[in-house]
Amino acid sequence: MHARADAADTAPTWPDDIFATLQRFDVRQVPYVPDAGHSKLIQRVLGSSTMRGIALTTEEEGVALLAGAWTGGQRGVLLMQSSGVGNCINMLSLIPILRFPFLTLVTMRGEWGEFNPWQVPMGSTTQGVFELSGVQVLRASNAAEVPAVLEAAAAQAYNALTPTAVLLSQRLIGAKVFTK
Amino acid sequence: MSKANLLDRRQVVSTLLANRKDVVAIGGLGASTNDMCAAGDHARNFYLWGGMGGAAMIGLGLALAQPKLPVLVITGDGEMLMGMGSLATIGLQKPSNLSIAVLDNEAYGETGGQTSHTSAAADLVGVARACGIGDARAISTMAEVEAFAKAVHDVSAGPRFANVKIDSASLERILPTRDGTYIVNRIRGDLGFQPI
Repeated sequence: MHARADAADTAPTWPDDIFATLQRFDVRQVPYVPDAGHSKLIQRVLGSSTMRGIALTTEEEGVALLAGAWTGGQRGVLLMQSSGVGNCINMLSLIPILRFPFLTLVTMRGEWGEFNPWQVPMGSTTQGVFELSGVQVLRASNAAEVPAVLEAAAAQAYNALTPTAVLLSQRLIGAKVFTK
Repeated sequence: MSKANLLDRRQVVSTLLANRKDVVAIGGLGASTNDMCAAGDHARNFYLWGGMGGAAMIGLGLALAQPKLPVLVITGDGEMLMGMGSLATIGLQKPSNLSIAVLDNEAYGETGGQTSHTSAAADLVGVARACGIGDARAISTMAEVEAFAKAVHDVSAGPRFANVKIDSASLERILPTRDGTYIVNRIRGDLGFQPI
């Protein structure tokens, strides 16, 4: 949703680590609402021959999509930013009821140097909303810990059917720079 | 069209599923899921008792995972209105094996019959078409329902959408199983997937 000031030559490599983990876990459907923090991963997904990137109009669509994907034998992962988590709340009830593997990767706003106060309320409640909804929360705050956190999250989501959200902190993705 | 000629919802759903073969059917929250059960329980019936607005997206996930299987979403006007953005998502993905049939009684029948947006203004066929679903039909006769039921089996020509005007009669509830894990695992089992 937001263009950041990252130049292409300073593009981070942690999205490649995420992509590699998702590939190893045979993730096939990748619904997303775009976010600048996810842009490189979305590019990798859209260029992949084994994963299908599925643009959504709102994040709750992705929860329902993953239920259908699993019923049809495929794993998926939902990419969104923290403000989208609130859009999902009722649809998260499908996860314990239908018991399908649920993994979501959430780029955080409203923390760590945020400029835009409108991002703060939802960013501040993102973790709480997940936990109240029965989704376990893991967090990655720097690039070095991304591979291990992703590995753990994917393992527990797909092997143990533990609904899991990984919060990719604003410290990791970089606070959005607003320039005139 | 004349209100006197509105179709009977149970007859519509029975016709949609009469010769279903390998169809996986998803019933949206509300009377639609009951109609599907009334037409006969089936291992490939996905009954929703919640997640309002999610039926079409469950259909999309299933259709993309199983591109050779016909996937049919049967839902109500209120449920479809709540997930209207999913028509844009489906229009973008264009799964050729996905069909959506909306049973449109222009009302929220489960909550007291309050009128829905389709009673006066919203045109779901127009929405579907404008979202890129080329085969979008306004259905008012059983002959058209039969033709749509046949088309569902053509997994190379979708996605397709039908809005079926039905009467607003409140029928005896035929309740399917409410156990979601059972519902999902029964379909998975029928498709040949093992438990985790």
